Amino acid sequence: MAEAPSHPRMAHRQLAKHGGAQDDAPGKGGIFRDSASGRLTMSETSPPHPSALQLFLIFSRIGLTSFGGGLSGWLLREFVEDRHWMSEEEFLNGLAISQALPGVNVKNMAIWIGYRLCGRWGAIAGFTGIIVPPAILIILIAVGFTTLERFDITHLALDGAAAAAIGLSLSMGLTAARRVPRRLVPLLVMVATFVAVGVLRLPLVWVVLGLGAFSVALAYARL
Amino acid sequence: MPNALLALMAVFVPLSLVTIGGGQSAIADMQRQVVEVQHWMTQAQFVDAFAISRMAPGPGSLLVTLIGWHVAGFWGAVVATLAIFGPTAFMIYGVAHLWSRYEGARWQRALELGLRPVAAGLILAAVYVLMLTLDGGWLARLIALASTGALMLTRINPLALIAIGAAIYIGLHAALPA
Repeated sequence: MAEAPSHPRMAHRQLAKHGGAQDDAPGKGGIFRDSASGRLTMSETSPPHPSALQLFLIFSRIGLTSFGGGLSGWLLREFVEDRHWMSEEEFLNGLAISQALPGVNVKNMAIWIGYRLCGRWGAIAGFTGIIVPPAILIILIAVGFTTLERFDITHLALDGAAAAAIGLSLSMGLTAARRVPRRLVPLLVMVATFVAVGVLRLPLVWVVLGLGAFSVALAYARL
Repeated sequence: MPNALLALMAVFVPLSLVTIGGGQSAIADMQRQVVEVQHWMTQAQFVDAFAISRMAPGPGSLLVTLIGWHVAGFWGAVVATLAIFGPTAFMIYGVAHLWSRYEGARWQRALELGLRPVAAGLILAAVYVLMLTLDGGWLARLIALASTGALMLTRINPLALIAIGAAIYIGLHAALPA
């Protein structure tokens, strides 16, 4: 009660700006946010079960702001590192499954996260949030494209954004690599996947089916 | 124009099923279908749409939304988007459901542990390919590495990171002799 009783939301904004907030960007409250003005600390511990609407808004925001690509990296940042709604391990498990199954990774990941956090409605919120708002935006961009394209600065800004966005993917890749068991076979499988896809440019389907099946079978035998 | 809508589905549903490891793998095939087989777009129009999908935020596969829009307006956009994202959505949903139901089963641990090195290799390979093909050469690669460092060492917000990256890139581009 002593701390900021009258402006809990302002306090959030401040926290969010300084990057220390576990909780929210302005405008999207945790469930407990406004329960009482004096319970600021309460609202800072993230709610374990976000609502489907809240998830929809988060996925929409990411879908609408993720210039330059690397969306899975944005999701890792948001759900694991900032909000602590999922463990790194749980996220990476979902990512591995999302990559092994057909379908656009980000969409798979959004459904996975949504389902884990909020069941069926969470999955629907993830799917619609990551696709519908950006789909509308991309059509608007297409309509204005000829105007936008005339400016050199548009291209420069996008090239710069794409470069910075690689950081999201690379840091996620390093996080994932750190989680690979430190044994000969898993490390070899990781390197072989990298070489097969990155250097030799073999079709992903066969790499995932081949190396994936081999690696899973070995893991099964070890358990 | 139900025929156009059916044609969109006939092209994009099969494509959605072969996109393992992300939508990028399907782009070449999509280009062939859209430009050479169906004649929905000229090569130049396809290249423009591709450029827009890279420029826009959100999943890169929204390229199909643009193609659908181009072919049959609003409903074309809706049908194409559902065709590319919909079928596989049920698959991951089913798996997520089974996952929660059989938490801790041996096959599940085996899948988690076994797929982990493959997933890590795939992400790093994607980054490697992106790094090689990045527009803007060493300057852009330097920004990519700096951005990685910033993400791993600080709690910077991704949107701020992207904005700063773009600003630095524009600034250095202006400052350095071409």
